[in-house]
Amino acid sequence: MAKRIDVSGLSAFYGAHKAIDDISMTVEPRSVTAFIGPSGCGKSTFLRTLNRMHEVTPGGRVEGKVLLDDENLYGPGVDPVSVRRTVGMVFQRPNPFPTMSIYENVAAGLRLNGTRVRKSELDAVVEKSLQGANLWKEVKDRLDKPGAGLSGGQQQRLCIARAIAVEPQVLLMDEPCSALDPISTLAIEDLIGELKERFTIVIVTHNMQQAARVSDRTAFFNLAGVGQPGRLVEIDETARIFSNPSVQATEDYISGRFG
Amino acid sequence: MSGVTMDRTPVAGSGAPQPSYSLRQPRLPRWTPAALAAAAVAAGTGIGLGAGLSSHMQWGLIAALLYVAAMYVLATRVEGRRQAKDRLATSLVWVCFVLAVVPLVSLVWETISRGVKVLDVDFLTHSMGGVLTIRPGGGVYHAIIGTLEQVGIATAIAAPLGLLTAIYLVEYGRGRLAKAVTFFVDVMTGIPSIVAGLFILSFWIIMLDNGYSGFAGSMALAILMVPVVVRSTEEMLKLVPNELREASLALGVPKWRTILKVVLPTAIGGIATGVMLAVARIAGETAPIVLLVFGSQVINNNPFDGAQSSLPYYIYEQWAAGNEASYDRAWAAALVLIAFVMILNLVARGIARWKAPQSSR
Repeated sequence: MAKRIDVSGLSAFYGAHKAIDDISMTVEPRSVTAFIGPSGCGKSTFLRTLNRMHEVTPGGRVEGKVLLDDENLYGPGVDPVSVRRTVGMVFQRPNPFPTMSIYENVAAGLRLNGTRVRKSELDAVVEKSLQGANLWKEVKDRLDKPGAGLSGGQQQRLCIARAIAVEPQVLLMDEPCSALDPISTLAIEDLIGELKERFTIVIVTHNMQQAARVSDRTAFFNLAGVGQPGRLVEIDETARIFSNPSVQATEDYISGRFG
Repeated sequence: MSGVTMDRTPVAGSGAPQPSYSLRQPRLPRWTPAALAAAAVAAGTGIGLGAGLSSHMQWGLIAALLYVAAMYVLATRVEGRRQAKDRLATSLVWVCFVLAVVPLVSLVWETISRGVKVLDVDFLTHSMGGVLTIRPGGGVYHAIIGTLEQVGIATAIAAPLGLLTAIYLVEYGRGRLAKAVTFFVDVMTGIPSIVAGLFILSFWIIMLDNGYSGFAGSMALAILMVPVVVRSTEEMLKLVPNELREASLALGVPKWRTILKVVLPTAIGGIATGVMLAVARIAGETAPIVLLVFGSQVINNNPFDGAQSSLPYYIYEQWAAGNEASYDRAWAAALVLIAFVMILNLVARGIARWKAPQSSR
């Protein structure tokens, strides 16, 4: 199920502007890796290069290699569509499809791909995914109601259910809790703890405590300077990053001395 | 008064509230605008009668001016300058609203009152075949058939073309080609209908030597319809949040399926409204019909061969005939045309409401 990600020499551009510069790291399977760093340092851009969503942005361009268990995502002949089926994504703002019911939202990944699935199988997938996202109990009696009618936290868990319904290998989360209240955040964090048994999870967060709570490894990103591309400062065990980081800038950032 | 109070009792809060710091201010009663409007209308009528002005329009304008002026003066006296400016803006907006509604209401009223005279089932189900224009009788059936067929074919051509163009511009279009397409769509928006008619006339009828037909008219109508459909669809597609596209793409859905299954369903209400409004817009076109469809007195169900009629053409023709019976028929046909457009608008609104994304529980 879960795969290892090996990034080497990765740079991403928006047109002529270089957003991130020469990043290399390894993301272990069945673990949670957190990206922290000041706004605009390229965490989200880097996350989006991991499932080729970066090139959806007009002018988006990538150089370097991302190996998913020895297969280069940016190799010749690789279809971005199949990459995205393997590497799922949850966005900052909950974005359920407004025209679809809760059921249809979860089934969207299968249905929209045109996969022919029997109704009973689809029912099973929807139930399993909603249970996986800890949402089943709350919505099982109103699966045909619009997904946009749920609360913000429920919508975000719906989006997670939608993402895991297609059985990806890796789950990318771009600040999944930044639009949620503390209780919903707690629910999602618990969920992340459960999901890491099955998936490789990468999460971008601005909340240092959250990174410390949920992640096994933490990567700190920073800007080299104003107008310069973002770069990876260091990546290490979360406990080490938060207690005894090897770079002074990381300690400054975590203790709130800048950024 | 406040100054006096201040002098006597310097301690704040013990005297009468100072006007400049008070939150309460004198307000005109709620019925003031309505009462003033009634008074202004009465005054306008009085002045109009007294001065012997024949045009009711002039009475109305006098009343409107009196109302705006009186409201401003009264509000300045009672409520203060800031409130008076607010009242002035409000009354100007109301006056403009009334000025805009008057012609609309009078048009609808005029059409209905004159149109119902000969409008009955017979009128809707008979053509003008064998009816002398100076005699009463006859009907509009052939024109309704013509309008439905011509507008239907024009929509069948223009709606897919416009829809696909808009999808290209919003979802795929980058660089020069997209800019060129946008530019030419803008240019097409400004094409006068007679020019579209002349183009099809020279191209289809003179150069390719085809006869007059409803289809020729449809092509000219389609030329007029395409830019309207492109513009409205483009706006609707732009309103679809980018997050939805990304959510779909991130699920591993190819772009074309994302557009088909996520973007279009989200925008379909607005797109349908836009197409319906474009249909309503071309249903009243006369110039290309006169040039290309030629007009006819009899029923011709085949839009691809031979002259047809259409509602706007029928109105024009009956009015040009210049006698009592044909005037009545022209008004009745005008009423039918307005009703047709109105029904299309209502259908469009119904679709928009029915298909709108359900957001709240």
